[in-house]
Amino acid sequence: MAKKLGLKQKYQMMTRGLGWDTTYQSMDKVYPFDKFEGIKVHDWDAWEDPFRLTMDSYWKLQAEKERKLYAVIDSFAQNNGHLGISDPRYLNAVKLFIQGVSPLEYMAHRHFAHVARNIRGIGPAVAAQMQSLDELRHAQTQIHTISHYNKFFDGIHEWRHMHDRVWYLSVPKSFFDDAVTAGPFEFLTAISFSFEYLLTNLLFVPFMSGAAYNGDLATVTFGFSAQSDESRHMTLGLEVIKFLLEQDEANVPIIQRWLDKWFWRGYRLLTLVAMMMDYLLPKKIMSWQEAWEMYYEEAGGALFQDLARYGIKEPMSAAVARKEKNRLSSEAWAIFYQYTHAAAFHTWDIDEEHKAWLAEKYPETFDKLYRPRLDFWEKEAAAGRRFYNNALPQLCTVCQIPMGFTEPDDPTTICFRESEYKGEHYHFCSDGCKGIFDNEPEKYVQSWLPVHQIFQGNCGGASVEDVLKWYRMNLGADNLDFSGSPEDKFWSEWHRTASRAEAAE
Amino acid sequence: MAVVALKDNYIGEVADRVENFHGNQVVYFNWEKHLMFCAATAFPLPPDMPFGAVLEQILPTYYGMHPDFAKIDWSKVTWTVDGKAFTPDPAKSLKDHGVRHKSLIRFTTPGLDGIDGTCS
Repeated sequence: MAKKLGLKQKYQMMTRGLGWDTTYQSMDKVYPFDKFEGIKVHDWDAWEDPFRLTMDSYWKLQAEKERKLYAVIDSFAQNNGHLGISDPRYLNAVKLFIQGVSPLEYMAHRHFAHVARNIRGIGPAVAAQMQSLDELRHAQTQIHTISHYNKFFDGIHEWRHMHDRVWYLSVPKSFFDDAVTAGPFEFLTAISFSFEYLLTNLLFVPFMSGAAYNGDLATVTFGFSAQSDESRHMTLGLEVIKFLLEQDEANVPIIQRWLDKWFWRGYRLLTLVAMMMDYLLPKKIMSWQEAWEMYYEEAGGALFQDLARYGIKEPMSAAVARKEKNRLSSEAWAIFYQYTHAAAFHTWDIDEEHKAWLAEKYPETFDKLYRPRLDFWEKEAAAGRRFYNNALPQLCTVCQIPMGFTEPDDPTTICFRESEYKGEHYHFCSDGCKGIFDNEPEKYVQSWLPVHQIFQGNCGGASVEDVLKWYRMNLGADNLDFSGSPEDKFWSEWHRTASRAEAAE
Repeated sequence: MAVVALKDNYIGEVADRVENFHGNQVVYFNWEKHLMFCAATAFPLPPDMPFGAVLEQILPTYYGMHPDFAKIDWSKVTWTVDGKAFTPDPAKSLKDHGVRHKSLIRFTTPGLDGIDGTCS
């Protein structure tokens, strides 16, 4: 045997060559999870690996990226990089990210490891294993990067604890819990395809460009460090779908149902991103509507044309998302503005320049529907009556978001949908969420809805303060309006210091 | 199919069955065309609570800060519970009005359409 393997041989031995068929035990016993979903795979060898990346070169590549990233993180910390951000309100996007997204990266790490072990095709198993390691690295680099901000800003100190408890974090948590409690193929469709392939640009581009526009060099750098991984994940998503669709015709309706479901679940989760783009970022990148048109309607439209030859149709609820695009962020902002006393990030009154931007980006809706409300809240706050909603909101049983979405064809009426199952009454924000429940009610009757859990006495007590303490929020620092918050005060003090230091040079 | 699961006849535990609420039932309220309140509100209420307590305590406490609230002509308000119209009787209980666990009560205040008529 030659001492040095050629690329092709190396790939063969270091990926495909690692698999074997068991003999002491049946393959079905060793791989108990990859048949119950009804997916039929006849020939795992037909799997085309788009990357042909072997484990040894994977380690080398990732180590190189780590070295670069940590050099930047160190210099960011040494140079007080947090003082260079555009505006302290920007950090609220970062808080939402570490509380809501980083824990999902870790869950993805765990579950891709599970999938790698439990599908019997060695090609996709190796790809899933690499993705599992990527996700662990992403969680870790995000935690390390953002920990610098934790020294100076509120709301970042208990993100892992909060992720399992806080009402709005049950939205991303339940999304991922839904995916990991499905079989391996639904998980791949949910996370690798719907999320990574179809929707990830709407998560990563806004967060990373938002960071770049707002002077957050640290976040930009972990974004770059993750970018080449993300393109590998996207490709895995598309390959998995095409592979399954090509293996057996009976897979088509199953995949279609999963696409309908996970398109909608992913889109609902992105409500938080829509709000971040249009309301939280002091310096804007583009509006949510523009991002939706560019990254979903154009790119996604082309994708579904491509998949039409397998008999796959665009998810039905894409039409609803299209109708919601000029109001989604304003509806979400209304929720967080009035419940920010119970959130571990701040909201605030919108200034005139920002309103003018919203009016320009949303000419059909902003002045007509949302500006008067923002003006009223501003007036109330100026009179010492900042509006907080002291009643708890009704939540959707599936997406778990407060039911603040309006009828697809009427932005002035809340969209209420309901189902009756085994004598119990269930409520949903949309036809999309209702359809998901109706397909698998035994799964969603178990939803851990924060509002109902508070009423049941499972969240630390009956008063708002009891519940917030159970969330481990620092009251008066993590929550409430930005105006008058400790961050607001400290920021102006820091800046005076920084400018004095500059003057002394 | 109730769920695609590894185990045959998989049954999920109902997290929100009424027995878990210590004698209360969850009731939702929505004031139509007043989206300043971003969503319907939820309360754990005893089924025997008189409807008068809704009118005198709950609604003024949680909706009273809206400039339209003081202008409501209560004799003209229309009500539905789970889609069925009803006329409230303050002396009768929630249960008597057909309110059950996780019922949604929607009320419409004719002529009042939110801040500057924008349904907020």
